[in-house]
Amino acid sequence: MKIPKLLQAVLVLAFVYFGFIVVFDYILDAVIPSSLLAMYMFFVAAGVFMVFTYDEEGTRELVAPVKAMVEDPSKRLWRNVVFVILPLAVGGGTYMKMLPNFEAPLELRTIHPAPPSTAKIYGKRVNFLKLENPYRKIEKEDPEAFRELVNEGAAVYIENCQYCHGDKLDGNGPYAAGLNPTPLNFQDVGTIAQLQESYLFWRITTGGPGLPKEAAPWISSMPVWQDFLKEDEVWKVILFLYDYTGHRPRSWEHE
Amino acid sequence: MITGMKKPCLSDIRFLKTKVFLALLALAVIFGAITFPGFDQAGVMAAEQGAADQEVAADAAATATYAPAPKLTAADYPSIAGINSRVVVWIFAQLHLWFAAFVLAVPIFVFIIEVIGMKTRDKRYDDMAYEFIKVSITGYSLTAILGGGLAFSLILFYPHLFTYLSTIFSESMFYYALLFFAESAVLYIYYYGWHWLQGGFKKWVHLSLGLTLNAVGTTLMLLANAWLTFMMSPAGVDAAGVFSGDAWAAIHNFLWNPINIHRFVANIAYGGSIVGAYAAFKFLTANTPQLRAHYDWMGYNANFIAICALLPLPFAGYYLAAEIYAYSQQMGITLMGGIFAWLFIIQAVLIGTLFLSANYYLWCGMGRSDGAGRYTKYIKYIAIVLVAAFLVWFTPHTLVLTNEELKALGGPHHKILGPLGIMPAKNTAVNIMILFTALSFMFYRRANKVATVSWVNAGNAIQVALFTAGIANILLLGIYHGYFTNTVYKVAASIPQVLTTLIVIVGSITLDSFIYKGATEVGPLKWGRIPERAQYALFLLAVSFTWLMGLMGYIRSGIRQHWHVVDIMRDASPDAFTPTLGYAANVVSVAAILFMAMVMFVFWIAQVSGQKTLPTGYWKE
Repeated sequence: MKIPKLLQAVLVLAFVYFGFIVVFDYILDAVIPSSLLAMYMFFVAAGVFMVFTYDEEGTRELVAPVKAMVEDPSKRLWRNVVFVILPLAVGGGTYMKMLPNFEAPLELRTIHPAPPSTAKIYGKRVNFLKLENPYRKIEKEDPEAFRELVNEGAAVYIENCQYCHGDKLDGNGPYAAGLNPTPLNFQDVGTIAQLQESYLFWRITTGGPGLPKEAAPWISSMPVWQDFLKEDEVWKVILFLYDYTGHRPRSWEHE
Repeated sequence: MITGMKKPCLSDIRFLKTKVFLALLALAVIFGAITFPGFDQAGVMAAEQGAADQEVAADAAATATYAPAPKLTAADYPSIAGINSRVVVWIFAQLHLWFAAFVLAVPIFVFIIEVIGMKTRDKRYDDMAYEFIKVSITGYSLTAILGGGLAFSLILFYPHLFTYLSTIFSESMFYYALLFFAESAVLYIYYYGWHWLQGGFKKWVHLSLGLTLNAVGTTLMLLANAWLTFMMSPAGVDAAGVFSGDAWAAIHNFLWNPINIHRFVANIAYGGSIVGAYAAFKFLTANTPQLRAHYDWMGYNANFIAICALLPLPFAGYYLAAEIYAYSQQMGITLMGGIFAWLFIIQAVLIGTLFLSANYYLWCGMGRSDGAGRYTKYIKYIAIVLVAAFLVWFTPHTLVLTNEELKALGGPHHKILGPLGIMPAKNTAVNIMILFTALSFMFYRRANKVATVSWVNAGNAIQVALFTAGIANILLLGIYHGYFTNTVYKVAASIPQVLTTLIVIVGSITLDSFIYKGATEVGPLKWGRIPERAQYALFLLAVSFTWLMGLMGYIRSGIRQHWHVVDIMRDASPDAFTPTLGYAANVVSVAAILFMAMVMFVFWIAQVSGQKTLPTGYWKE
């Protein structure tokens, strides 16, 4: 038996929709955000429409049941049922969507706020275009000394940072659950792996209050670490962050 | 419809007058013939002090010194009748740019089509080229009018910025005005002389005019690009904005060439899409099979031009973004990871829409051939790959999560979707999309042919191997270099990815040309046998391009944030803040609607010029 094209299209869409949910929510255990699923399904539907309508024959078959329902006198009862149910379903859906609830509104958070070109840190004006980690060059010159610096950075991290950012640097420290947004996950390829060391230096030393005013309000509970740590400690922590995660800082030079 | 040679009509002469007037006014402003209150003329030259001190004046005459960039306050920005100055300049700039992109691009492919016509001696190409340039001629007048509007609004609302820029770029602005005259002159001779300069040596003269027109037009674009890229990556000035006097250094600033390349390629794609929309408009209003066939053919060629330029466009865009990042971490992050990141998602959606529309048009176009059935069975697989790549292409790095989803994930990081949000995944996806768009095109070309060479199976096998190896290499480069090496290799890996794509496309199309050498045709192509909805795909292409250019143009300009000239001249106007994404999208959308209305006017004018009324009994016999 040949399945009508319209039913084929609906089945394909249902299969993809539930496929996403099953794969992400149950097999991978990483829920797919509803906002993204809606975007995905819109363009999957566009693709299905394109495949079913690129020729006249396919288009005729696709719209035939709809056309028959609207035009065929023998389908009057069916037509009346659909014409009542459809607006009710749309109205009901809209009503449910607009119902007030106690959920906090969705927030669009930007992962990387842009740094200023210069800032005053440790009492001096720092140019972020030129700022480099003074210990980075030791990595090749003296690997043993570099390892020692990384270990010192690890000690600073464990004493000060792991409570929020976690002992695995995955943003899941003991205090993380109390913070919204949650602390950054340094293991993610989209965080420190995308950034220059000068950027990390800026965010660590100036914290939440140092975030740029131009695109306020930023939300961050990051302390101003220049008030608590010495400059060399911050650079060593940065060495540790990259060393532990296996990421490399963004640079423009080949190694 | 092919129109015959016609004399300049009254409206053309009026437009010509408008342009002459604007150009004269621009010259007058540059030379200081007109003075505006609060408008410092020609950059506070040291010669002004010369009256007090002859010796200093003599030195100043030898080496002119310039004032630093002015430090402004809100009072330095005129407020006129409560008009929002930023929105006025924004809309004028955007409309001017859309039309400029269109009128600079059309002569490029008109020239190429004319050459093809001359080479093949197929008059259809010559007629099509003429019709394309006819559409652009009204667009040219509108470009000039809107450019004048932009200049006036800048002078009125941002006098100090205009003064500062004209101090540095006075020479290039002067040459710009002269080139504008040259462009107008060559364009009018090229257009009005089309039917006069036909055949033999005259055709060569006409082609030379076309080449000159393109050279002048491109130079105009390069000069204007220098002014805007100077505002992003200033050069030839010191930290205080004092001009060194080296105009070339200011022009040849860090982002000049990346913008030049990106705009040049994008303009061609954009111009192709607009004339495609014109062909679609004419197709839908055609009332004879001959006209439908003609405009179907025209639409196909326009779509072909748009696709050819669209394929390298993502690489040009990526090069520009990488250069912006290399110039300034701050601008790079603002652009890709900061406040504009979500506009990039809209950009990704629109670019994906361009690819889907272009492919859909090709698939619909297969209906012109009776032999298409051999290839249409593959369309669903191409669609699956295209849509899958498209979903990766627009997956955002910053997910919008409900509280429940946030709890379920244990934080905003998504272990599967997170890695799809960064550039290596995007580059891989777009290369795959480009490859499969090329595959659609190859199937379209094959649809009406039957290969006669004995090694057709071996040839097909080589092509399959080429595509398979290419896709494997793109995936390997994207995954390994994108996620397991440092950023310098990650960015650099995009180059072999692009090269792989280009090699696969060029290699398989070249092989195809050998396989189908001396091929027999299934039957004559039935131009005009295409569903009307395919024409809406052409409209969608033009609208998506327009909106895309508007949004990306805003981002390019917006990453300067509170600076007129980055790090040198601060914007102290009340509008020196980054608007919300919704507000910016609304402004761009309104501008896009205005532009589309003007384009419809251009199409209508092009149609009216070919119509004639016989007023029986009106004139004395």
